[in-house]
Order: sequence, then C-alpha cells, then structure tokens
Amino acid sequence: MPSPAELIGIDGNPLRDPRDKRLPRVAGPSVLVLFGVTGDLSRKKLLPAIYDLANRGLLPPGFSLVGFARRDWENQDFRQLAYEAVKQNARTPFREEVWNHLSEGMHFVPGEFSDPGAFDALAMAVKELDETRGTGGNYAFYLSIPPKFFDVVVEQLQRSGLAERSESSWRRVVIEKPFGHDLASAQELNNIVHRVFPEESIFRIDHYLGKETVQNILALRFANTMFEPVWNRSHIDHVQITMAEDIGIGGRAGYYDGIGAARDVIQNHLLQLLALAAMEEPTSFSAEAVRAEKAKVLSSVRLPDDLSLTTARGQYAAGWQGGVKVRGYLEEEGIPEASTTETYAAVKLEIASRRWAGVPWYLRTGKRLSRRTTEVAMIFQRAPHLPFSQTETEELGQNALVFRVQPDEGITVRFGSKVPGTSMEVRDVNMDFAYGESFTESSPEAYERLILDVLIGDPPLFPRQEEVELSWQILDPIEEFWAGRGRPEQYKSGGYGPKSADLMMKRDGRAWRRI
Amino acid sequence: MNIDLTSTTTRRIQEALTQARHQMGGPTIGMVLTLVIVTDESAQYDSLRAANEAAREHPCRILTVISRDPRGSSSRLDAEIRIGETGPGETVLLRMYGPLAQHADSVVVPLLVPDAPVVVWWPGQPPEDPAEDPLGALGQRRVTDCYAAQDRMETLCRLSRAYAPGDTDFAWTRLTPWRTLLAASLDQPTPSLRSAEVLGEADSPSAELLAAWLEVRLGIPAHRRVSEGPGITAVVLHSDGGELTITRPDGRVATLGRPGQPDRYVSLLRRPIAELLAEELRRLDPDEVYHEAVTRFEKEQSRRSALQAVPAETPLPAVPAAPSEEGAAAEQEQAAEPAPETRSSAPGKGRQHNRKKAGS
Repeated sequence: MPSPAELIGIDGNPLRDPRDKRLPRVAGPSVLVLFGVTGDLSRKKLLPAIYDLANRGLLPPGFSLVGFARRDWENQDFRQLAYEAVKQNARTPFREEVWNHLSEGMHFVPGEFSDPGAFDALAMAVKELDETRGTGGNYAFYLSIPPKFFDVVVEQLQRSGLAERSESSWRRVVIEKPFGHDLASAQELNNIVHRVFPEESIFRIDHYLGKETVQNILALRFANTMFEPVWNRSHIDHVQITMAEDIGIGGRAGYYDGIGAARDVIQNHLLQLLALAAMEEPTSFSAEAVRAEKAKVLSSVRLPDDLSLTTARGQYAAGWQGGVKVRGYLEEEGIPEASTTETYAAVKLEIASRRWAGVPWYLRTGKRLSRRTTEVAMIFQRAPHLPFSQTETEELGQNALVFRVQPDEGITVRFGSKVPGTSMEVRDVNMDFAYGESFTESSPEAYERLILDVLIGDPPLFPRQEEVELSWQILDPIEEFWAGRGRPEQYKSGGYGPKSADLMMKRDGRAWRRI
Repeated sequence: MNIDLTSTTTRRIQEALTQARHQMGGPTIGMVLTLVIVTDESAQYDSLRAANEAAREHPCRILTVISRDPRGSSSRLDAEIRIGETGPGETVLLRMYGPLAQHADSVVVPLLVPDAPVVVWWPGQPPEDPAEDPLGALGQRRVTDCYAAQDRMETLCRLSRAYAPGDTDFAWTRLTPWRTLLAASLDQPTPSLRSAEVLGEADSPSAELLAAWLEVRLGIPAHRRVSEGPGITAVVLHSDGGELTITRPDGRVATLGRPGQPDRYVSLLRRPIAELLAEELRRLDPDEVYHEAVTRFEKEQSRRSALQAVPAETPLPAVPAAPSEEGAAAEQEQAAEPAPETRSSAPGKGRQHNRKKAGS
C-alpha cells in the first residue's frame, strides 16, 4: 500500500504518483492563438508539431487552434493549409481520426493587426471555443510575426480583453527570436510585451534549447562523475561552438539584411550553448535555478581587448556549393549591392571565473558553408609530456569531447590510439554515441517539446529577459566595432568561411575543427 | 549482413559478431542494453519485428532464444546473426535443440553486452515464475504478456503471486494512454469522487488492472463491467458533482465528458507491440505502481474464486448489461457505502459488498 503522502499524489492529483514514470505530462484545456499562420515557420514546424503532439495524445482533449492572418479566408482554408503542412512535414504517421478531431478545433480569424474589429472577432471566437470545446478560458498567443508588429498586436490583445486573466485561467505569450537587434531594442521590445504580460507568462522560444542533445549537455555534465573533474581550465585548452549552414539566405532577404549572422545566431543559439556548457551546477533543475546559473555565466563573459584580432566576419561570394552553382550574397534578390551585413561571424570570448579564466571560447556561424552542422567541442590540452618520440605522435591531435547538436544528434569523443602494426604510432580516432534515432515516434522534435511546455506552463527551456539582455551586452560592442570597419571579407560558397577567421585562430596557435 | 552458423558454440558466435562489426566499419552506435526474447519458431518473426522497431529508440543487442525439438536426444545450437539489416544494433537468433533447450542461459550469458542492463521478454506464454526462470534471472527487467496465455486472468494472478521487482506485463503497459488521460482529467479541479466503473471486454486483464489501480490510488470502489470491446471501452468516475466519463467505443478516439462542459475528443489508440516494448525499455527500474495494482487485482480475483466455490452466491464476471442502468444502480448503492477514507484503510472490504450487488 502506498503511504498517505503518496496517495495524495502530485499537485493534489491522486492519480499522479511520483513513482509512476510512465505517465507523461499532458497540457490542460487551452486554446493556442497563432499569429502569422501563413509563414514558413508555421507551415514547416508549428502546425506539424501540433499534429504530432495530438497524435501522441499529449494535447488536452478539446484543444483548439485559432489562426489569425491577413487573408480573406474561411476556417476551411486554414484547415486545408494545416492539412497540407501536416501531410508534408509531420513526423508521426498521418491518422485520419486524429486529424479530424484536431481540425474540428481549428478556426480562422481574418484581419489586419491594426484592425480593432478583427481582434474583437478573435475575442468572440475564443470565447465561443470555451463554450463549445471546453477550453477553460486558457489562451496561449504565439506571435510568429516580425517584431515590428508586436507593439500593435500586444496592444490589441489588451484592448480587446483577450490578455485579461482571471483566478482560474491563464494567458501566455510566445515570442520567437530575434529578441531585438541590440540591447536598447531588446529592452524596448520587452517593455512592450511587459506592459500587458508579466515576465512569467512570456515564453521566448529558442528552439535549440528544445533539442535532446542540448538538454543532454546538462545530463552529461551533472549526472556523471568522469567529466566534471576535467571540466575546467586545468584540462580544457579551448572550446569551439559552431553552427554552420549549407544554405544561403533563401527568401529571407528582408529579414536578414541589416541583421546578419551574429545577431541571428550568436546572440541567441550560440551564447545559450556556451552558457549550458560553461555554467556551474544549478542547485536543482527548476527553471529558476538553471536560469540563475546561465545568467551568472553570461554576465562573466568578457570580450578581448583588440576586436580586430579576435573577431572575423565574411559574406558568401558566388561559387559552387554541394555541386550546385550558387549566387553570392550581394547578388541575392532584395540585397543592396553595398550591403555590409555579414553572413559569417566568428568571435573569441573569455569567461572571467575561476573555472574558465584563460580558456578561450570560439564561436562561429556562417551560411553557405560546406556542410550543415551544429556542435559544441571541448578541446583538451595536450599532454604535458609524451613518452613517445616526435615521429610517433606526429598525427596525434588534441583530445576532444563534442556534442553534436544537429544533424545526427549525439556525442563524439576524440582520442589517440595506436595504429595497428609493429611500429608505435599514435593517431586520432573518433568514438560516437547516438542514443536512438530521431525518427521514432517518442523522440520529440524541438518544437513539440517547447509547445507542450508552453501549454503546461513549464519554463526551464525558455530564456528569460535577463539572459537576452546579457547576450546583447556581449554582442553590442562587437557589432559597433564592425559597423565602423566597412565591408566584410568575401568567402567562397561551399568552403569553410573567410580567411580572416582562420587567421584569427592561427594567431592563437589553434585551428578550427573542420566542418 | 547475415551469418548462419550451424552446430555452433557461443565462442564462434562471439567471434562472428566481432568480425562482422569490424567488416561493417566499426559500431556507430553504442548499445544500451541486451534484449532477450524467449519465443518459438512461429512467433519469432513478429516479435523480432517489434523488437527491431523498438531498437530504433533503444539501440540494443537482441538475442532471440528459440527452443526446437526439446524432446530430442542430442543437443545442438544453430545461430543466425543479422547486423545492419533491420536497424541499429545486432540481432542473433539462437535455435536450441534437444536437452540444450533446458540450459538456454548457458548460451545467453556469454553473449550479453558486458555491463549493460538485460531485459527478458516472453511474447508468448509467460513462464511460471519469471524471476526464477533461468533466463528471467539474468534480466533486471522481465516483460510478460498475459494476453498470450490460455487463461489470461489466472496467468496474471500467478504472475502477481510470483512478483519480483523488475517484473512487468504488457496488460499494464497497454493501459498507459488510459491512465494518462485519467490523470490528466484529474489535473482539473474535480469534486470528490465516490466510485468508479471500468467497462471492457470480458476476458481483459487490462481492464481489471485499471480498476485495481483506480481503487488503490483513489481509495474508492471501482466496479468492473463487461462490454463488447474492443479492449476497454469506457471509464466512469462518479463524483458528488456528477459523472466524469471517458468512452472509447471504437478503439481509436475517446470522448471525454464532464458535468457542465461540452464533450471533448482525444486520440486514444490501441497500441502495437513495438510501442509497448519501447515503453518497457524506457524505464528499467522496478514499477512499484504496477506491483500495487496487480496485487490488488490478485486479491480481488482470489476472493472471487472463493465466492464461486459457494453456490449461494452469484458468480462473476457480470453479464453484459446496459451501462447506464448499472451506473444508476451503482450510484444508489453509494449512500450505503462507508466514506472513502475508511475504505482505503481496510482495502477490499467495501468492495466485496459492491461486487456482490454488481453481479446480481
């Protein structure tokens, strides 16, 4: 028999037993209002993720989805768009009955963001859903729209009464990067959202944090004993955090030009990865404790004195990428010929703490590189003494522990091993670990995890405003420095990035890992 | 790669495995456990398919133990090694002839992945006592499926009496979506519950386990009623404020009803074996919640058989009846019931009273 305390269960629900690990968390009754349903993100990620959640039985019964966009559409048109998105991009098999019940809960409200009438119609629509589908007055607003519209949308949500919560119901707002383009704009954006929503109801999505491997960084570091003793300046020589893309900017010229690689990727994804790899052990895995440690490490990040020697940037030039002839950045449609926006950025950072003093953290990201890859590589120091001759260890590099974030999520360990044969010759080898494969039904896609967390109200995987501002504090001086340095260096599409980035490493006697 | 070895030894199988791995260019995936499947020739194909699917989530070495001609006089071991064909990890089919079949553990032990957990799965007739079984003793997790047995109820009772930490049965795994939905509905504010009903096929250990779990966790009587199926078709929770119902007549979509609220629909699929197995491989620690539920079920079942021995009492299970009538009758009975707190301290007592009425 369970003890009386166990009978009470979790949160007063007797059916939830802390020992009962089979039961997944399921969101409570709610409506998700999606702004910008016709966008790329919505079609490629959000709508399929919602279907996958429904298919796995993790959405609450009666879950409803309301689309809002500037289209003269009926519910049917929205359902058609969602149907196609799900058919094309959902991870789990298509099941007619799941789709039927999900699509019954899909509604569309047409209108401009500036039109009060449209928001009144939206308010009516969600109230009606509360009645007909029992969604309990709980609304999450997903702003999958350019940040310049946040102001007007948030204001309309307030004016129409949609943002008003009661004792028994919640309101949450989900925003996507970019969270501003510098510290000042990030604060301004934050003020806009804060006028209506308190910090605990704001969910900032950095989809990298929803990835299994990223969460695994914490598990690997803090659940094991073999890594922590070497996780410091005594053993780590330097760290490389890379996000390389093989594609160009595609149709995102309007968004990308003027933003560039550093703001687009380093400010959020790479600095979050740095925080997770560098942070101290949190007191618990509660949202507060993890965020506190991340904020601590981000606030101890320091820039080197001479940015001309420790940063690099580039623009992709025309060339051949993966067997296809591609245009250069300046020839892309919608990009001004004189654009100084970088498509490649590399920076060297230091962390002023006892653990990391003197260990450089190299961050780089670029478009149109040879391959798509994201990884965090901890590079170890060379052995202080080798009992082998120089020729025997000529091909021995530095040991490395690599978290492969995407694609092919997993962990790689690189170490020296004797080459079979009579002579003693030591060479680097890689050992890979991948837990399971991403195409199984139960291994969720990042957006599934994050949407579910929003509906449940579980915030550990969402960066808080403080982290956003700290990241801008790191990046702003670099952006300012670059702004006065004219055009970025051109680099060949399909290669490894600009020469200046290689030089930057060479000055330190190091080299980038080959992408 | 497929390697056939006839009249072989474990040493040769090990060598073949190592060699195959080298020829494939080294293992690319770390194996997290060994899965031992104890089956016969007719069931091995389906079991192996399910295991291969589950292995995508949990890369493992699969050892399939097939006993052939156990009455024969001469022992022989045939092995079939499959690598890189059906998924990650390695698969070895071990066919044992003659007296060797009685000593299958001696073949399996040298082939286990070193220092990794072992899970033993019987897709067919469960053994008498899984933890005492020579192969079962190797595993820290032992998975049976009482649905494959001739007498499902009796088998689950037997498994309950023989329970050792690490035992689990697919009858319980099949319930996870139901239990998830029930737990999720009680996440919402709910008036105090008085009793529960579980409707499902007559010969359904899952339905019995679900009723037992509700009794244990909620401390209220849970009545078992028979429907046409498929599987479990409905759960009704009677509360002070009305009925909370989950109905699933088609085995696919459930309808959730709460007093004063519109009906809501949610996907509640019956799950294929591969999914059940993948869930079992996810948790390798003992499932105490299962133990509590199966113990309660077993107590109830032995009480029932005791009742059957007395001719004056009406035997169970109940005859199929319109659930609405039954529900109403059950509600009337509630007035005479002791408070739930009293019942949880004296398990089974209040329920006996109810059972008799339900059957009559």
